[in-house]
Amino acid sequence: MSLAGSWFAHRFGFTTRELESWLAEALVSGGDYADLYFECVERTSLSLEDSLVKTASQGLSLGAGVRVLAGERTGYAYTSDLTPARIREAARTAACIASGPAAMLEAGLAPAPGHSLYEIAPEPPALADRLALLRRADETARSADSRVFQVIASLLDSVSHVLIATSDGRLAHDSQPMARLNVTALARHPGGPPQRGSSGGGGRAGITLFEGARSPEAFAREAVRQALVLLDAAPAPAGEMTVVLGPGWPGILLHEAVGHGLEADFNRKQVSAFAGRLGERVASPLVTVVDDGALPFRRGSLNIDDEGQPTQRTVLIENGILRGYLHDRLSARLLKSASTGNGRRESFRHAPLPRMTNTFMLSGESTPEEIIRSVPNGIYCANFGSGQVDITSGNFVFCSTECYKIEEGRLTRPLRGASLIGNGPEALRHVSMAGNDLELDQGVGICSKQGQNVPVGVGIPTLKLDRMTVGGGA
Amino acid sequence: MSFQPAHPLEEIAARLVNLAIGKGASGAETAAAEGSEFVCRVRLGEVEHLQDAGSRAAGVRVLRGLRAGSATTSDLSEAGLRRAVEQAFELANISTEDPHAGLPDPATLGVVDHDLMLHHPALAGLPAPARIDLARRAEESALSTDPRIATSNGATFSLHTGRRALGNSQGFLHSYSSSSCSLSVTAVASQDGLRQRDWWGHSARTLDALESPEFIGRKAAGRALRRLGARKPATVRVPVLFDPRCARTLLGHLFSAVTGEAVWRQATFLRDRLGQRIAPPGFTLTDDATTPARFGSSPCDDEGVQSRRTVVVEDGILASWLLHSYSARRLGLATTGNAARSLAGPPATGHGCLWLAAGPDAPQAIIASVRQGLYVTELIGSGVNIVNGDYSRGAAGIWIDHGELAYPVQEVTISGSLPRMFASIEAIGGDLEFRSSVAAPSILVGEMTVSGT
Repeated sequence: MSLAGSWFAHRFGFTTRELESWLAEALVSGGDYADLYFECVERTSLSLEDSLVKTASQGLSLGAGVRVLAGERTGYAYTSDLTPARIREAARTAACIASGPAAMLEAGLAPAPGHSLYEIAPEPPALADRLALLRRADETARSADSRVFQVIASLLDSVSHVLIATSDGRLAHDSQPMARLNVTALARHPGGPPQRGSSGGGGRAGITLFEGARSPEAFAREAVRQALVLLDAAPAPAGEMTVVLGPGWPGILLHEAVGHGLEADFNRKQVSAFAGRLGERVASPLVTVVDDGALPFRRGSLNIDDEGQPTQRTVLIENGILRGYLHDRLSARLLKSASTGNGRRESFRHAPLPRMTNTFMLSGESTPEEIIRSVPNGIYCANFGSGQVDITSGNFVFCSTECYKIEEGRLTRPLRGASLIGNGPEALRHVSMAGNDLELDQGVGICSKQGQNVPVGVGIPTLKLDRMTVGGGA
Repeated sequence: MSFQPAHPLEEIAARLVNLAIGKGASGAETAAAEGSEFVCRVRLGEVEHLQDAGSRAAGVRVLRGLRAGSATTSDLSEAGLRRAVEQAFELANISTEDPHAGLPDPATLGVVDHDLMLHHPALAGLPAPARIDLARRAEESALSTDPRIATSNGATFSLHTGRRALGNSQGFLHSYSSSSCSLSVTAVASQDGLRQRDWWGHSARTLDALESPEFIGRKAAGRALRRLGARKPATVRVPVLFDPRCARTLLGHLFSAVTGEAVWRQATFLRDRLGQRIAPPGFTLTDDATTPARFGSSPCDDEGVQSRRTVVVEDGILASWLLHSYSARRLGLATTGNAARSLAGPPATGHGCLWLAAGPDAPQAIIASVRQGLYVTELIGSGVNIVNGDYSRGAAGIWIDHGELAYPVQEVTISGSLPRMFASIEAIGGDLEFRSSVAAPSILVGEMTVSGT
């Protein structure tokens, strides 16, 4: 992890000495801490629609952000122009936040460790190879069923190079791949209304990720299956009822119900429904929730977070008891804790915030069959769209896109989409059975907070909640 | 091409067109953008976050006959621009022929001929301490409204200035600046150990037009306070009154359902309803990018097509789709000047200022007309399916009992079907305000399922 091995040293000839001088510039008016974040993202986006190439785009985004922390104050400036004069100007702008004595860079910058969770292919994939993946998805979806009339397949892959230097001497860099393949299919009975199904996956890898089980054909078949299920679906019932969540992506429940509420910034400011509740019971004893940014190849994983800190596994809820918060450096310092490697940002245009990485619940002991068999009357949610939470009241929603009625312990008819609503500190108390089948999602999650989007992962085993409010259909 | 760039940003846009044509493209369109932003957030009287920065980037889309490719870059050196053009060519070369690919009809290119008053240089002259003071006053006002206001999640003042240049190989080259400022505060109220938060904010093109910090603070505090003691009601079918902030989201769904893409994909619940009644008389939805100073106004769309005013729904009848030139060619219609793009890629559909005409009734009179119902003041979640019209979202608000606002309500969902919701609108408020690029008065929907206990 020496500077010499970094993309920025290679491309711009940055030296350790230069980085140190910019940090000194940032602390010229005082402050406890400063950091520099350099980022270069190369992205390729292709989409196929009506079997024709609809979008074909490549992009290069390059820039640097300078941050100064002084007590609870943050000064931030960025530039898309990486000449030394502009970087120094950004450092001086960020410095305006501080006044008084400054922390000094004493020992100089030293390379800091990180994980090795993913690799960058030596050569970027050929455009034709990317397009071939989309054609396979398109052909599979179109030939899967005569009721399919529209298919959209898209592939987004990128490599982000980052370099981070901090005034407490940390020098870290990383090259972060990301790939994501999505298929949407529209289907209808002859003359009937259309229904949509979507599927996709990805992670921190190149497009070779789609060579194995996560093939374009598999996503295409899944998208078609979901559209066809909806063709014969009935409106969902309304009111409180027993809800069983399938494994994997329905883990978005955790992300909304507890994840955001445990991000330390909201707790430091006393605006979270979980503020001041460490050590208290917030969930059924069956519930253990962790955030782990150090899983190989996962969409939410990172070798280092966006403050140069190695990611880690953090226990948030252990057997139902609230154990920890997710910290970035600022919240860790102010709450006299340690960073959990959760300082993340969307790009060089944004200052870091405490964010989730891959957030999931550990497996329980029941089999999925036992769980469904135990429900006389309820609904089973196999797939979800997205969710949202009001941090302060703790109320959250998430929207089911594929669900079924459970009658006498069996899945019966498919239901149309419906929102589920609950209250974070309450909802997980109603977990009465947890499956032995933990799955993480396929790798399509995007989390939005204060206008910043970052990729995340979620996961749960099959889960039974005795009580949850389901919004009915029309 | 011979261009006469009037601004450094136009030079970049023109250079990209020339590089693409010089390399043999049959057509090219480019966009370049620069922006600066100032953001300060004050929390509990102290500046918590101060951000001041700027960036620039450009994009190019090249056509080789009926094949297209795009690239964007923030490296605006000659080498960076050349690399972007090469990348766009690479993509066009592996692309497929799309019979509808192309540039807009040259006759549609142009800019509105009156001053849209989008840029006010004086705004940038406001010194930093005065900017911070606005945020501080808004927060102070929220915190001092009532002893039950426990804390604040900060007050933010921000100021944005930007310029956008658009060019294409038909000789179009234009750039325009815009600026705006905004002030908002989030208040947290507390009672019996339970907290509620709500926010209020305002954006304007000039400081004079901005709501006062004191007003914004009081309004945020009042909204948070009225949520204290919120209950979860029983599941029931009742009328639902959307306040203007929530009513805007209904217009957003209607917009998604009338875009050209949704229509030619057959992926909208309105796909076969053009010319038909979709809402009661009195429901008139207009998309207008030509009114001075409004959010959503621009001299031209992102393809360089002159901005205009389109009535989308006229007195309840679906009158027009919203189209860019590609959608128009696919549907055999004319563009409505609704192209919106990031810097590259094919255009998506955007709107100018999308607004619903005000109705005759004050919101209080509408509330008074409801026997039992829900007044919705916040929506969360995204359970809206434009393809089949299914609507199901989380909501919070105030229960209406015998024509009066009775008690706050939370942790409910409201659900229905968009076509039936629009068709069953029973009242439109007189409280239309142009606060953003979507503007709505209060809307009373006849009946929806409110799902609680």
